[in-house]
Amino acid sequence: MKRWLTIFALALGALQPGGLQAKEAAPRAENELTEKRLIAISSELRCLVCQNESLAGSNAELAQDLRREIRSLINDNKSDSEIMEFMVSRYGDFVRYRPPLKGTTLLLWFGPALLFAVALVALVRYLRRRDKALKDAPLSAEEQRQADDLLQAKKGQP
Amino acid sequence: MNKFLWPLIGFVVLVALLAVGLNLNPRDVPSPLVGKPAPAFSLPQLGAPDRTFSPKDMLGQVWLLNVWSSWCVSCRQEHPVLVGLAKRKTVPLIGLNYKELRGDGGVDMDKVDPASEKVLAEQRAAGWLSKHGDPYALTAMDLDGRAGIDYGVYGVPETYLIDKAGVIRMKHTGPISPDIFSGKILPMVGELSK
Repeated sequence: MKRWLTIFALALGALQPGGLQAKEAAPRAENELTEKRLIAISSELRCLVCQNESLAGSNAELAQDLRREIRSLINDNKSDSEIMEFMVSRYGDFVRYRPPLKGTTLLLWFGPALLFAVALVALVRYLRRRDKALKDAPLSAEEQRQADDLLQAKKGQP
Repeated sequence: MNKFLWPLIGFVVLVALLAVGLNLNPRDVPSPLVGKPAPAFSLPQLGAPDRTFSPKDMLGQVWLLNVWSSWCVSCRQEHPVLVGLAKRKTVPLIGLNYKELRGDGGVDMDKVDPASEKVLAEQRAAGWLSKHGDPYALTAMDLDGRAGIDYGVYGVPETYLIDKAGVIRMKHTGPISPDIFSGKILPMVGELSK
């Protein structure tokens, strides 16, 4: 009963225009473009305080500061790559969720593909070897006799 | 025997990788600033707001820049080490007070106007230093954390070792333990001071 009341109350809240989302920071209409770019850029960046959150999603103090900083860079007509450079020069490649392709990140980028290739080769080799082993193993006289017996017995059954 | 050898090797390698990986500290993010000139700033000094401090004032000296705040709990942990260091006068220590008010979650910044922010921050920072001891030659006040962003600060306390040419030589994130100080920082100070 209590549960239904809660659900009812929640539904009522959802019906109210803007009732539940009142606290959400809506992008201001006049610089919607800025906000869109801000979200696009900051989704690519890691929040250093809570490392598994993006800068766009984090509520940490530092994330708010950095979003403010990025917003002002956008307003200064800086390009996306300039803004990335601003962040990377301060916090390192670690802030990027998509690290750049360079010597130290080669294994990171191609490691999974490499692993897959190794696994594929191993699988093919194993299957071939098994195939060969099955073909090349003729039955011994004793085994042949047993097999014939079994087949005979099967035929005898209705 | 041979059948189990490869899976066993794979397992051992996996365990070794995990043992290394899980023991790494995810907070230890290598700073791209090491080897680069210390970013410039000019900020008012604590206790003398009409005077400013700039990293270039320290050119020709090896020095430490320690980022701290009164709301930062780990700063209290490393503080005795810093006080000891100041007593021995091994290396000049400059404080950078990071977001004294704005960084404190307990302060509602909507209710603080800029003028009183300065006063309040000074009071809190000075109060903290008189309570726990002041190891700093001086402290620069970074109220809005802009200088902190240029230094890539993401978790107070942080400490930078800067050489005579004004180049950052080392960064330590987190409290300085006596071990880190004597094992990591002091040897480097000695080397750079030659």
